[in-house]
Amino acid sequence: MNAIIFSALWGVVMMFSGIATQNRKTITGLSILGLVLLLGINCLHAYGIWVIKMDTKGAMHFDSIGLFFNAIAFFATLLYVVLSGKDIENTGVHAAEYYALIFFVLTGVSILTAFNGLLMLFLGIEIMTIPLYILTGADKRNLKSNEASLKYFLMGSFSTGIMLMGIALIYGATGKFGIAGGVSLAPSTGLSVRPSFLEVGGMILLFVSMCFKVSAAPFHFWTPDVYDGAPAVFTSFMATIVKSAGFFAFIKLFDAHTAVLGDSWNILLPFVILITLLIGNITAVFQQSVKRMLAYSSIAQAGFMLFALYGNNDLAKEGILLYAFSYSLATIGIFAVLIKLKDYSLDGFNGLATEYPFLAFSTTICLLSLAGIPLTGGFFAKYYMLSSAIKAGGIFWLVIAAVLLAAVSVYYYFRVIQAMYFKTGAPSFNQPITKAFQWALFGVAVMIILLGLFPTLLLNFFYF
Amino acid sequence: MIPVLLILIPLITGLITFAFSTADSAKKNALLSAVATLVVAGWSVCCTPASALRFDIAWLPVMGSRFTLEMDGMSKMLCLLTGISFPMIFLAIFRQETKSAPAFFGWMLLSQAGLMGVFLAADALVFYFFWELALIPVYFLCSIWGGERRIAVTFKFFIYTFLGSLLMLTGIIYLSYHSPGASFAIESLTKAALSETQRNGLFWLFFIAFAIKMPIFPLHTWQPDAYEESPTAVTMVMSGIMVKMGLYAVVRWLLPVYPQSSALYADVIIALSVTGMLYASFIAMQQNNLKRLIAYSSIAHIGLMCAALFTAQPSAYQGVMIQMFSHGINVIGLWIIADAIEKQLGTRLLSEMGGLAQKAPTLAILLVIMGLANVALPLTNSFIGEFMMFNGLFRYNMVWAGVAGISIILAAVYTLRMIQKVLYGPLNPTTETATDIPATAKWALFVLVVLVIVGGVYPQPLIDLTNDTVQALITKH
Repeated sequence: MNAIIFSALWGVVMMFSGIATQNRKTITGLSILGLVLLLGINCLHAYGIWVIKMDTKGAMHFDSIGLFFNAIAFFATLLYVVLSGKDIENTGVHAAEYYALIFFVLTGVSILTAFNGLLMLFLGIEIMTIPLYILTGADKRNLKSNEASLKYFLMGSFSTGIMLMGIALIYGATGKFGIAGGVSLAPSTGLSVRPSFLEVGGMILLFVSMCFKVSAAPFHFWTPDVYDGAPAVFTSFMATIVKSAGFFAFIKLFDAHTAVLGDSWNILLPFVILITLLIGNITAVFQQSVKRMLAYSSIAQAGFMLFALYGNNDLAKEGILLYAFSYSLATIGIFAVLIKLKDYSLDGFNGLATEYPFLAFSTTICLLSLAGIPLTGGFFAKYYMLSSAIKAGGIFWLVIAAVLLAAVSVYYYFRVIQAMYFKTGAPSFNQPITKAFQWALFGVAVMIILLGLFPTLLLNFFYF
Repeated sequence: MIPVLLILIPLITGLITFAFSTADSAKKNALLSAVATLVVAGWSVCCTPASALRFDIAWLPVMGSRFTLEMDGMSKMLCLLTGISFPMIFLAIFRQETKSAPAFFGWMLLSQAGLMGVFLAADALVFYFFWELALIPVYFLCSIWGGERRIAVTFKFFIYTFLGSLLMLTGIIYLSYHSPGASFAIESLTKAALSETQRNGLFWLFFIAFAIKMPIFPLHTWQPDAYEESPTAVTMVMSGIMVKMGLYAVVRWLLPVYPQSSALYADVIIALSVTGMLYASFIAMQQNNLKRLIAYSSIAHIGLMCAALFTAQPSAYQGVMIQMFSHGINVIGLWIIADAIEKQLGTRLLSEMGGLAQKAPTLAILLVIMGLANVALPLTNSFIGEFMMFNGLFRYNMVWAGVAGISIILAAVYTLRMIQKVLYGPLNPTTETATDIPATAKWALFVLVVLVIVGGVYPQPLIDLTNDTVQALITKH
């Protein structure tokens, strides 16, 4: 509750800060302050302090895992603003508004981690995505940005429509918006009550719209265009924090509901996982633009995260937290460098290591993490996903397919490393690379390595 | 404590080496570190208390993984081999110009740390960690300092091995879920309750990873290219030590965990290995490229070791232990000579060489000794190993022994052909101006030659050292 209220309020504060000052540095500073406070206030909630007692009529339920995910999302946003704050300021003329929108997105994220009913889910998703439509079009004079924004808006509304339809069907079948009452299987007696057609149809529609939100194939077609067209700095935000929050909601939503779909669930989900992995990885191989490659790689990573949905056990829940954090760290790190480059193609990275060895090192760690090489957080993230799927049993073939495709992913991640280290060239930047930026990125790299050595460092917080 | 030192010394000195500014200080630091590691490795061989050879702390209790390092005879032997190889490699290239030397030697030491970790790990997850980490430094070394086609070739090598290790990782996770206590420790993995289908499937997941590393026909295609394009110092690491990772892993993680499947598929694997031996030998006979010739000869030797491991014969196991060490010594010696020749003449094509014996007598003597060791002539170190392996193979199946035996003859053919083409015949414009081998390389080779001959005359210490591993393997079968 703390986080929802505070992030909404601070969003308003950010909006009006644009009137009070034109100094962009102050605005960025203000938003960093807001994020730090938000993080602190969210942690206070975990200890039960400053909670506004409000009867949500069971529409919301705050548990430790949700609060912990909030903390991860806020922390990742904080890092994102620290690393790329300058680029947010320089995207257009209204720096304050972008920050306000980012805070509103975070409000949506906090609702999504606490929803206990389908209506709150719908509200959370909408609050999270509507600001994104605007951020995607933030580069007003750029045709691609406009196109991406419109495309995102149309496709997003369409999937929202599907979601509403699903909610309506479920309401029609059960008479409730709650997600707790939907299980039709009676485990104690072993007798199964056949779920009604409406309920199954509703669940499938929900599944489809959630797949759309997390860009799982075959509902991924918007992703490359939107990620490519949006200003890179906002792509970074969309591909990490927003996407992870979508996943969190996805898993929370289907946690107790897979029984409704029965055996068809075990056909539907593996199919989606397989083609998401296939399309993401194979298409990423052929990209020449790093930005577009990262868009496809985010589809591929979504495929891996979907294993948590299949696993649906303790490992999956811990794993998705770890995955969200390490994937966000690495992707924010790479985007922070990419934004500063003039040329987004692979050649733009040529010779980076000779000019900025320190920067190249941190970027390499981020890339290794995305590829899932041991000693980085990405390894344990993937490890948890595979592990939870193997523990759940039944789809070992898919696990094998996933690791084969993970080997493919090495190909496109390492091409960036090759460009940085083994090719010669002179990278040109939009902005000078400051020492502070290099150290901040190094900090991200250190966090990734720490996660790769002791993933329990992060997960232990969760048990406190 | 010893196992930790073996990893930490190269790791820390390696990281420090990156910070050096001059090539000279980096080289000296690397050599010093390598010698220190050698001393510790030597100490581990003499050290008897088991407590000093084991290190165990909690790492990831939630997952059932502990950071466990343990040394048995085979670990000691391979750590010793790694310990000996690195100072020799550094000596051999000590006088050479290396661009951005601090980074080069830093990566080299890091790869040593990774290799040591592979040979020491007694927990499957730790093993997997080091298995991957040994690869990363080599990737950078080859891609930055390698030959013309280095980037593509190294990439192929990297993806090949990474693919194998990922398959192994899924196998490890699956296996640990079926082991008592869901642990990754080797003791509990051997007790995993598996059905026959599960066992056989997992066996192949593991074996493919190891076969790519060794490499076994038909998964060997990365190897000749990678050996040719890598800087020679790295080729020495790869062919001398890294291929042993595959053999080591079979002994440590495959045979004890899946004894039944190993027996079941022994014929398939021996068939593949023997095919690879003959195939590689025939190609080596046709090779005009010195480096590729040695690479193919290496495939042939590794094939024999792999075949011997699946015969389940005590003498074959013992032979593999000896041969792992001997092959490391011999092949590093051959690479040092090949590198010296290439640096001298600027070519690696046999057709452009000839008459070097007149110009470089020391080099000629050393090459002949190393060449004969490669053929496994009696009184050289590899004779004992090969003899015991063939003995085991013969007892297992006479036909395979006969077919594999052809490769002995072929080895003599291609090695002697190489010696003849390099050393004898008339001088030509390329070799006219050749001089003898540089002093540091000479010293390194001298040490290796001593090891070749001592190993050939008195291999008993090596047999005693690895006896416990062999005994443990026999009781499993």
